[in-house]
Amino acid sequence: MLYWDYAAAAPPYDEVVQTVEQIMRLHYANPSSLHRAGMEAERLITRAREVCAAALAVQPHEILFTSGATESNNLAIKGAALQYQGRGRHIVTTQLEHPSVYESCRQLRELGWEVTFVAPRGTGIVDPADIAAAIRPDTVLVSVMHVNNEIGTVQPLREIGQGIKAVNRRTLFHVDGVQGYGKLETRLKEWQAELYSLSPHKIRGPRGTGILVVREGTALFPLLTGGSHENGNRAGTENVAGIVASAKAVRMSGERREELVRQLIPLRNRLLHCIAAMPELVLNSREDGAPHIVHFSYPGMKGEVLARKLEELGMTVSTRSACSSRLAEPSRVLLSMGRDVQAALGGIRISLGDIHTEADVALLEQALLAAVQSLKKAEGGMK
Amino acid sequence: MLLLRFGEFTLKGKNRSRFEKTVLRHVKEMVRPFPKVSLSKEFGRIYVQLNGEPAEELAGVLRNVFGIASISPVKVSLSDFDDILSVSRNFLRIAAPPAGTTFKVNVRRVWKGFPYGSIEMNKLISTPLLQSYPGLLVDVKSPQMELKIEIREGHTYIFCENIAGVGGFPLGTNGKAMLLLSGGIDSPVAGWSSMRRGLEVECVHFYSFPYTSELARQKVVDLTRVLSRYAGVIRLHLVPFTEVQTSFTGIGQDNLIITLMRRAMLKIATRLAEREGALALVTGESLGQVASQTLSSMNVIGRVTPLPLLRPLVMMDKSEIVELSKTVGTYDLSILPYEDCCTLFVPKSPTTNPNLRIVDKIEATLPGYSALLDAAVAGTETVTITPYGDEKPSDVVPAQAGLQEEWF
Repeated sequence: MLYWDYAAAAPPYDEVVQTVEQIMRLHYANPSSLHRAGMEAERLITRAREVCAAALAVQPHEILFTSGATESNNLAIKGAALQYQGRGRHIVTTQLEHPSVYESCRQLRELGWEVTFVAPRGTGIVDPADIAAAIRPDTVLVSVMHVNNEIGTVQPLREIGQGIKAVNRRTLFHVDGVQGYGKLETRLKEWQAELYSLSPHKIRGPRGTGILVVREGTALFPLLTGGSHENGNRAGTENVAGIVASAKAVRMSGERREELVRQLIPLRNRLLHCIAAMPELVLNSREDGAPHIVHFSYPGMKGEVLARKLEELGMTVSTRSACSSRLAEPSRVLLSMGRDVQAALGGIRISLGDIHTEADVALLEQALLAAVQSLKKAEGGMK
Repeated sequence: MLLLRFGEFTLKGKNRSRFEKTVLRHVKEMVRPFPKVSLSKEFGRIYVQLNGEPAEELAGVLRNVFGIASISPVKVSLSDFDDILSVSRNFLRIAAPPAGTTFKVNVRRVWKGFPYGSIEMNKLISTPLLQSYPGLLVDVKSPQMELKIEIREGHTYIFCENIAGVGGFPLGTNGKAMLLLSGGIDSPVAGWSSMRRGLEVECVHFYSFPYTSELARQKVVDLTRVLSRYAGVIRLHLVPFTEVQTSFTGIGQDNLIITLMRRAMLKIATRLAEREGALALVTGESLGQVASQTLSSMNVIGRVTPLPLLRPLVMMDKSEIVELSKTVGTYDLSILPYEDCCTLFVPKSPTTNPNLRIVDKIEATLPGYSALLDAAVAGTETVTITPYGDEKPSDVVPAQAGLQEEWF
């Protein structure tokens, strides 16, 4: 079985697994305790914070550890909204966003906030001018993802950041960096982003941990209270093993980024060309997208049917993003790009990682051809 | 490029080049995180060639170098009239002063081979500049913007901003002193102030384990680390003070405990100073702040040491000290709420007016008092603190215990 779902969860590095195991055995003390064992645990977290800060080119006190990117996104959006409601009650985001951003914004709308969901252009890329045009004097926050988790398009964050600050300097900019880190360069200063979410398990780190960068000068209203952990921003006993292992994954993925990209781009391009050559399939990803995601539709065929057929042929793939793949509804992202319901129902996402080789891609291509041929025959028979 | 000017020590005679070299060494240390920077020294100043490194960040770092009076971001042109004018134009365009800004050009012709005189140049440069920036108003007495042009052989420097540096004397050029470092707000500021006057500082901290926690000691290590950013390396002496301190609690003179304690600290610090070759003690005392800092307390306490007792903050208001500690970078650490030895065993009403004779007599009759002081000196542990290390006092937490770098 070949695994093609790195964008949903990448297998952890061996070193990450070892770190988790050793720290769980040795450093079970509560980092908030005053005894020596507690202090040692706390020191591990301090060091992890420094390692993450170095990888992201920010200050250690700007790193906040959470339980995952979903929490990071929730805290960034609701935390900023509640903290700065004196500035206004308007948020701008896009129709492309991950559910953890999208639903947080919808929830705020139920509480009386106004939310502008900017649609991408047909390319799946948001026009910075559209974002800037949506910003008002009472806009508290703009949230835009770096790389779309379904189709892999890359958003022009630098231009978006410039546009935001040109219209309203006080509007905060949150970037959901979950699918971008480790594949594309992370430049918070250049983007003028105050908030940045990261998910270690997408970059071969542990599950159940997350990172939120909160740039100095930005305050958040805590969503979890009950202790002064993480500077009062998030109560809860720290997951020491997870935090240290996350720092390790962040560092390793950052260091290996360029090498990984060099490896993935030819593989992805080969896949793109193969799919483009199959008349039944419609490509949704682009060559200028992230190097690890290839997304296509089989209009008229439910994505999950094709996914099951491919699994039978030894290929684990995903229908769009894992977080929404159990829904039978058409993909919101594809619809927002102007694709019809047929295409939006038939999406398949292939996401690559560093284990994949040219030979693996060749096998995947064969499987894809075979799957499409057999489904087409059945489809013909059904008609 | 950045131009760094030296401070008051340039008035000194013979030692001047030693001072300048010390500043240069300190600057070199501070620019180490910016590998593309190159340095050159000239009489009375240092030039920092940026080569693409961020000017603002570097200026922020370098203004903390002791001995530097001011910093100016400068543009360099050839010493040629047309080039000077075009770089000045460019400079003005980047600075983009708003309309209505009062303005003046101030040319200094250091290189007398240049064909035009200073006064003549003022006019020659300002006329075309004013023509292309009609919003500027001329004011030669107190302009809001003064474009300074310094013509030297080879290069001309064009600048207008003057960022104030911390000034003072270069690191360690005025000898060595022992700083009594508690965990509070004042003593780190006193340390910084003495370092600014060119003193090399070693820190002495008194701890009373188990009455004070390991965290309190770590806090002092961290405070010393902040100071070490200004000094490169600082030695910290950790004195076990529990026995000395508890010996005062049984004598029935509660209101004198603080006086006795402070005297004991000075006695121990004096012995450490003698051992380390330091010629003064520095404290963070500020007149009237607490009972032990009334004039009469300071008199009784200060009598125990033959060394000069330096109190850089003695005449400062608390609010000024707090401001300074924020600038120095010790404030956030200082306010961490850990008990230190100075807040332990504090009597309800400490005396503000101790009697020297009574205090002397109590000390003379305390059983085994000098042996206790000897033991404290002997038990003192010394840690060398660097800006980026993570030292821990060894007997509390073994250095590096539990943290394996390969985990990260």
